[in-house]
Amino acid sequence: MSAVKIFVPRDAAARSMGADATARAITDEAARRSIQVELVRNGSRGMLWLEPFVEVEVDGKRYGYGPVQAGQVPELFDQGFATPASAASRGHALAHGLTEELPYLKRQQRLTFARVGIIDPVSIEDYVQHGGYRGLQAALALEPAQIVESVTASGLRGRGGAAFPAGIKWKTVLGAPGTQKYVVCNADEGDSGTFSDRMLMEGDPLTLIEGMTIAGIATGATRGYIYLRWEYPDAHRALEAAIRAAYAAGYLGEDIQGSGQRFDLEVRLGAGAYICGEETSLLESLEGKRGQVRFKPPLPALAGLFGKPTVINNVITFASVPVILERGGAFYQHFGMGRSRGTLPMQLAGNIKQGGLVEVAFGMTLRELLYEFGGGSLSGRPIRAVQVGGPLGAYMPESQFDTPLDYEAFAHIKAMLGHGGVVAFDDTVDMAAQARYAMEFCAIESCGKCTPCRIGSTRGVEVIDRLTSGTNAPAQEVLLRDLCETMTYGSLCALGGLTPYPVLSALNHFPEDFVKKPLARASA
Amino acid sequence: MKDSAAPKRVIPIKLQSPETLSSPEHAAVRDACRKLKAEPGALLPILHAVQDAIGFVPPEAVELIASELNLSRAEVHGVVTFYHYFRPHRGGRHVVHLCRAEACQALGAAGLEAHAKSSLQIDFHGTSADGAISLEPVYCLGNCALGPAVMIDHDLQGRVSPERFDELMAPLRAGRS
Repeated sequence: MSAVKIFVPRDAAARSMGADATARAITDEAARRSIQVELVRNGSRGMLWLEPFVEVEVDGKRYGYGPVQAGQVPELFDQGFATPASAASRGHALAHGLTEELPYLKRQQRLTFARVGIIDPVSIEDYVQHGGYRGLQAALALEPAQIVESVTASGLRGRGGAAFPAGIKWKTVLGAPGTQKYVVCNADEGDSGTFSDRMLMEGDPLTLIEGMTIAGIATGATRGYIYLRWEYPDAHRALEAAIRAAYAAGYLGEDIQGSGQRFDLEVRLGAGAYICGEETSLLESLEGKRGQVRFKPPLPALAGLFGKPTVINNVITFASVPVILERGGAFYQHFGMGRSRGTLPMQLAGNIKQGGLVEVAFGMTLRELLYEFGGGSLSGRPIRAVQVGGPLGAYMPESQFDTPLDYEAFAHIKAMLGHGGVVAFDDTVDMAAQARYAMEFCAIESCGKCTPCRIGSTRGVEVIDRLTSGTNAPAQEVLLRDLCETMTYGSLCALGGLTPYPVLSALNHFPEDFVKKPLARASA
Repeated sequence: MKDSAAPKRVIPIKLQSPETLSSPEHAAVRDACRKLKAEPGALLPILHAVQDAIGFVPPEAVELIASELNLSRAEVHGVVTFYHYFRPHRGGRHVVHLCRAEACQALGAAGLEAHAKSSLQIDFHGTSADGAISLEPVYCLGNCALGPAVMIDHDLQGRVSPERFDELMAPLRAGRS
């Protein structure tokens, strides 16, 4: 009898729920019963409330079980879950049937995440078998300008949050004079509520590597850096292993697949500074300096890392490039709405029943995402507010849940789609406390270069404290709005410039939370 | 100008003897510098290597790193202190990073923070009296769908209730695990 293939994710979120113990239990139990098992540590399918989500492959089809704790493994074996011939365990309480048929996955359009959770993340063989490196092969047959044209035609915009058209950035670097150019990946995913970069780097790191390699060939850059936050040690291991595998197989290095093209890539670790997710401060950090924001111009595309022309994009932006080169800009452009083309991997987080990764074309509403995918709040209480786009994104009340996922639609109501993180809060949330935290966070993480951000954030905490304690409240509100205006228009980068988003949205949509609490409620 | 003909005087920077660095610490810092200083933008990789080797970046290491990299002490000090991750003093045997960010707040991170501080009897950046655990704040661990999250050394944990926190801390405090 041939070995049964069993998949247990090595994704950090799955491990945080006990996937390692589950994997060990499966190996031990199989050995005890003399059943041959081939254990694959895949990425996560993104249905995080089901982690550890174990899959058994039967006749080329994968059946899912979850969440499977180590202690439940013997019982699953008792019911024959590792025996190809037996379908008995598919009626088990933890069994979900065919993974592909689960509505949460079936309703998604996975282009960037097509392989995440399916393949062994660091196996080149698996990667190529599942369509990997077809984008690079296509790129190698094109002139650099044609590659850039393809990316421009796809309508791909920077997925890190700022949504700047990737093709325009690449074109600038291609046209910039210089013997040394760089490709830098911003993997400093510091926004709360976001984890798509992490999941991709752990679940399919070669897609990122392929995307960066294509960027190098398209712009004439021969050296790449992935700037990864230290908080992602699992992603670090996966990236290092994938880079080694890519070098060994001739997909990185001095002569990529015999093309004569060179591209070298390495990972650099950040050290716990949120501001280093801002591209110019990231470049400073890569150069070994304090992560302080630079003035623009010059644009990084012309004078970036070490003063050289630099393509700097987010993980998901680069990881979306292989499919664009493989299937053409028009294919990707076909998804989406308005000026938001393609798909966006959304992340459902916070107080949500079915949190996870949902890659869909732009255009779905926030409400569909929260209730049809998310299943409402985890606590079972009404969802009162949702913060989209990280700590600098606006808090949205229920009345705005019908906003479609589209950069412009969000901007129109002074909200931000950003990197696609959605954090749900139930009705126990204190929005004044959330506004105060936004200012506090800005004060902790400010790089200190510009005054509105460095000092404004500290003054912001103080004003909110006075406002909520009822000390001359109407005047404090005027002061707070004035301060927010100064920060919005006077800050050098998005940290100071967008901190007013969560603050003012909380104040505008939930003013009742800023009124001094009656003593009776405090003691209740 | 006449003066320009005079030989340039080079005033060598005197290194104070690194007596406050223990000799293994000194060796670790020096090795990290020698191994990595040829890399472009070497300072962060060096600081990581130092912290990986000895658990923190001693303020006394600044001078040695500065001289190895031909930077001023102010530049190195500025970088070390800019980044939250680099610790200026030795921590406990284990470092627990507790997420304070919004997604975890939505599931009770503030309560977990209060519980962690009171049960360990320390504030953030402190180390428990038995030397077992240092507590640090962190702003997002990327486990936002399974909050509240903490990271113990480099291992991520999800859905950490106060009870679960105590269960996770118990073995760390009991033995030298």
